Amino acid sequence: MATEAHHYYVPNPSPYPFILSTGLLLMTSGFIFNINHYAPGVWMMLLGFLCVLYVLYGWFGRIIGESEGGAYSKWEDRSFRIGMIVFISSEVAFFAAFFGALFFMRRIAIPELASFDHDFTMYKSFTDAWPSAGPGGVVLGHAYEVPKFTPMSAWGIPAINTLILLTSGATVTWAHWGLLKNNRQQLIIGLFLTVALGIAFLCLQAFEYHHAYTEMGLTLGTGAYGATFFMLTGFHGFHVTLGTIMLIVILMRSMKGHFTSDHHFAFEGVAWYWHFVDVVWLLLFVLVYWL
Amino acid sequence: MATTIPIQDVHNEHHADNHPDHHPTGWMRWVMSTNHKDIGTLYLWFSFGMFLFAGALAMLIRAELFQPGLQFFQPNVFNQLTTMHGLIMIFGAIMPAFVGFANWQIPLMIGAPDMAFPRLNNWSFWLLPMAGLLLIGAFFVPGGAMAGGWTMYPPLFIQGGPSYDMTIFAIHIMGISSIMGSINIITTILNMRAPGMTLMKMPMFVWTWLITAFLLISAMPVLASAVTMLLMDRHFGTSFFNAAGGGDPVMYQHIFWFFGHPEVYIMILPAFGILSTIIPTFSRKPLFGYRSMVYATVVLASLAFIVWAHHMFTVGMPIASQLFFMYATMLIAVPTGVKVFNWTATMWKGSISFETPMLFAIAVVCLFTIGGFSGLVLAIVPVDIQLQDTYYVVAHFHYVLFSGAAMSIMGGIYYWLPKWTGHMYDERLGKIHFWLTAIAFNVTFFPMHFLGLAGMPRRIPDYALQFANFNMIVSLGAFVLGASQLLFLYTVIKCIRSGAVAGNRPWEGAETLEWTLPSPPPYHSFETAPVIK
Repeated sequence: MATEAHHYYVPNPSPYPFILSTGLLLMTSGFIFNINHYAPGVWMMLLGFLCVLYVLYGWFGRIIGESEGGAYSKWEDRSFRIGMIVFISSEVAFFAAFFGALFFMRRIAIPELASFDHDFTMYKSFTDAWPSAGPGGVVLGHAYEVPKFTPMSAWGIPAINTLILLTSGATVTWAHWGLLKNNRQQLIIGLFLTVALGIAFLCLQAFEYHHAYTEMGLTLGTGAYGATFFMLTGFHGFHVTLGTIMLIVILMRSMKGHFTSDHHFAFEGVAWYWHFVDVVWLLLFVLVYWL
Repeated sequence: MATTIPIQDVHNEHHADNHPDHHPTGWMRWVMSTNHKDIGTLYLWFSFGMFLFAGALAMLIRAELFQPGLQFFQPNVFNQLTTMHGLIMIFGAIMPAFVGFANWQIPLMIGAPDMAFPRLNNWSFWLLPMAGLLLIGAFFVPGGAMAGGWTMYPPLFIQGGPSYDMTIFAIHIMGISSIMGSINIITTILNMRAPGMTLMKMPMFVWTWLITAFLLISAMPVLASAVTMLLMDRHFGTSFFNAAGGGDPVMYQHIFWFFGHPEVYIMILPAFGILSTIIPTFSRKPLFGYRSMVYATVVLASLAFIVWAHHMFTVGMPIASQLFFMYATMLIAVPTGVKVFNWTATMWKGSISFETPMLFAIAVVCLFTIGGFSGLVLAIVPVDIQLQDTYYVVAHFHYVLFSGAAMSIMGGIYYWLPKWTGHMYDERLGKIHFWLTAIAFNVTFFPMHFLGLAGMPRRIPDYALQFANFNMIVSLGAFVLGASQLLFLYTVIKCIRSGAVAGNRPWEGAETLEWTLPSPPPYHSFETAPVIK
């Protein structure tokens, strides 16, 4: 609640939000052109992406400038914190829907497909087992042959990735302790390690995807298993990518001497996001890879 | 008590013009705005434009259904009309209108200088026209607009042309807009209240929006996931909704309605907030049962997440699920009943006057209650199996969404227009608009109950001869209803251009903070926070 004596910081009019919206429109309509095989799609996407990059650079640059220029007091800081918590909650809801789809397919859709009376079902030899790519049949006029595939094992790269992400959660907290103690060296080393672990995770994940596509016969088209596996791990990987980029920005700002022990929301916001991505991975490891 | 904030002159003349910052004029003022009032105005005009567009689609639907047989449109075009009418009314007209109210009113009602994140606020708005372009542009691509129904069920949705992809991304963009708007609203309410305004002293409208914003935060990402799965099934070979690959089209319905039912409350809770503001003002009594009103809103929002499958009783669920969702749905009547009771009790022995906003509010209480009752009828599984996808359902949701949400929006606009513009609207025109709308609404939608009970299916361009008389009445009512909204537009424009000067507080029963400011309020609403005792 507003108890502070000073005025809340209300920024001047800004062109960035409009350009960002235009960029998103260009990117999405370019993508739509692309998947429907119209030629200019790629160029529209590129132009839209440039708009988005320009805005990210300009808008965040602006906010960093305001923050370092002392525009934000504890009051604005609390707004950022509440806003970030609400944003992460919306991300939780997004992932929850995909986990819900995984649950529904494993526990309801596939058992039901396997449970029909033998005399009436077209899926006679289909049994209730997971991982499953479905009983096969006709999809939108094309025959869908059940692909042969090897399911992803939990105790190889995924287990290593779990260790990597858990360690990165520890290093980012260690960096935070450094910031609180005004130990800049600890802050920078901690952040650097976190970024390195994030990149290592992404590289292993890319290797795993490559392996799945080329040698295990596991693709997006591998029925229920392939769809849930790639969508859940894919969106998680996308979030790790975003988190790593955010961490790199925070690392560079730390090296420039930004943040003080009592004024560093950007650091904490990114750390919260990183921990969120970490928790999602633990769920993925248990529910997608392991069980 | 919540709404009895002592009126004091908290505004002093100095700070309206002590900002030397350069503010762009002309159209750049709107493109670059970081001002909650300008952005609120943008939202409201956008919503009004979409309301007229989607309303025009409804007029075409009713023209086709004026008599049996195919008059004007092929079935595929008719499906496009019903689909786009629904999508645009929900995402383009009603939701943005409420966000417009939130933008204008929340900072004014809690004594804040602006929203917590003014630039984010601008982004939330400017995403909407982009999504609108995708939705309306869909009419002009090969194959025409999306025609799979606003619920976008697979497998039909998987088979459509490019406009189906445009719909998916329009929904993504509108989802980002809603989520960013909700982040802003929650943060503003939690962090920007004037000193002394505890949560339980907030005006009811602010409470309803706080809870609505939480609903948006939990529901919109689920819709984003659902349409993402549709996109993957359409173009990237996944099998989320294909039985051949182990998926299930019914799973889409579960995910969609897990979003869809909270969505219904997203469209009605702010309307409840507007009613809870208008009725005390014109009854000249504080809102009856403020606390129970807050709790009822929280209960409604919680129930919203455990009743979704009552939209899909006919898909074949275990009997235990059907019973659970039936009883959970019936429970909704309890908090809703608390609300209707409290509004009635607020009016009881009040010194009531019947200005246009109050007329709308009273009509909403009556008509929304009818919609609530038909909802209870539909909650009963064996009855619902008869009535699923008939005009009874169409009647039901227009009673809650037109006479509930849209008419609350109209009442709210008449109520706050003097504050927003500094001018009074023409009371006589307002009353004519009200009576035309209320009567034409009932002529349009009441007979649909009978049509549905007699078995007329929705989303079909033709019908059996025995439905002809009622359909002609419905169409005539719809044309009057549509035309009278043009009178609404005229009344609003006339108010802005040449209404009488309103003064700070044109409604002497109004007790909330916005009426302590001049009309229209200064650029930064409350530069110095008022102190609430």
